[in-house]
Amino acid sequence: MVEKLEGDQAVVDLSGVRKPVSLALVPEAQVGDYVIVHVGFAIGLVDPEEAARTLELFAELEAKP
Amino acid sequence: MKYIDEYRDGEAARRIAARIAAEADPARRYSFMEFCGGHTHAIARYGIGELLPPNVRMVHGPGCPVCVLPIGRIDLAIDVALSRGAIVCTYGDTMRVPASQGLSLMKAKARGGDIRMVYSAADVLKVAAANPAREVVFLAIGFETTTPPTALAILGAEKQGLANFSVLCCHVLTPSAITHILESAEVREYGTVPIDGFVGPAHVSIVIGSAPYEHFAEEYAKPVVIAGFEPLDVMQAIWMLVRQVNDGRAEVENQFTRAVTREGNLAAQRLVAQVFELRSSFEWRGLGEVPYSALKIRPAYARFDAEQRFGLAYRPVPDHKQCECGAILRGVKKPADCRLFGTVCTPDSPMGSCMVSSEGACAAHYSYGRFRDIPVVAA
Repeated sequence: MVEKLEGDQAVVDLSGVRKPVSLALVPEAQVGDYVIVHVGFAIGLVDPEEAARTLELFAELEAKP
Repeated sequence: MKYIDEYRDGEAARRIAARIAAEADPARRYSFMEFCGGHTHAIARYGIGELLPPNVRMVHGPGCPVCVLPIGRIDLAIDVALSRGAIVCTYGDTMRVPASQGLSLMKAKARGGDIRMVYSAADVLKVAAANPAREVVFLAIGFETTTPPTALAILGAEKQGLANFSVLCCHVLTPSAITHILESAEVREYGTVPIDGFVGPAHVSIVIGSAPYEHFAEEYAKPVVIAGFEPLDVMQAIWMLVRQVNDGRAEVENQFTRAVTREGNLAAQRLVAQVFELRSSFEWRGLGEVPYSALKIRPAYARFDAEQRFGLAYRPVPDHKQCECGAILRGVKKPADCRLFGTVCTPDSPMGSCMVSSEGACAAHYSYGRFRDIPVVAA
């Protein structure tokens, strides 16, 4: 999410494409957060720590033959 | 894009595949149902089926909102557009779903119906505000992900005093559909559709959380692993399911921890509870009437309920006789088993609902999988 607008509106950046979304369902979202967007509404936030943990699990597979 | 590309690494997918192959017991078969159409699409698009050992099989579930919408519901929307002169707004995929008399919303539009495709429920309010002299009906479809936006639209219409806006509510519920599948004869009489566990939906679970699945894991002794929509997410979830089966466990596990919590999005759940209540029964394409599997608008918001506003009466209509969508949605048949697949029925001109949405099992197989059915012969 790159910009908060009036009301519940915000702008997200999808690989360079800027798109308006509603934050009505995730009012706690802040600029810089990654939100999951469904039919024009942010429905949830990505937890960066959990995301990193999942990737670590994939990486561990390499270490352990 | 961050949080997407890392979860599409082909090398990592092959490593997980090697683990699955090493841990799957060659003496038994594993059948897992991916409930959600988003996973059906990912499995077809990334060739996940081909990465799995032959004794681990994925069964497509009914979690494609467009696919489970029965003909009779589309007929109601067409009636409102053609006979009552209302503006009907709906999501893009719904436009091509086959209805009665060879019609679809797209064809009804060609006959002069004022039918408009919207990206978001919020767009419908703009249409209603711009056309105060016309009735504007939102054909609202989808699982728990699209329901909160519809609730917001109804509350928005109330706030803005939009007296010409109403919703033809076709929102359905994931947990009751899973229960229905588990209760079906095909699953209970083990053999026709064996299901050893479920890959739980990604976006639906963001909204409802992981807790609602705990009932199936316990009551029906079936493992559930909630997974993200990227290929590595799905691979890891299948690996987790294989481990549960091997250990004799039936638990709810969450692979998609970066977005799903146990309690889900409480703000969204509160909005849905405020505006909607359970319908005692709703017809699903393929599954028939499923008790308490859908939502209707609460009496307090009855003026926004298109069914009441226009006095609409639902009439069930059987699918085309040759169409196998019903059996495919129950996991009994595969797309290639259907005589219409790829000949009369294609994504450009769908006969059945599973060919309409990219999340449908037939459309996914048509787009990504159909050439794999043909053996490669050296010239």
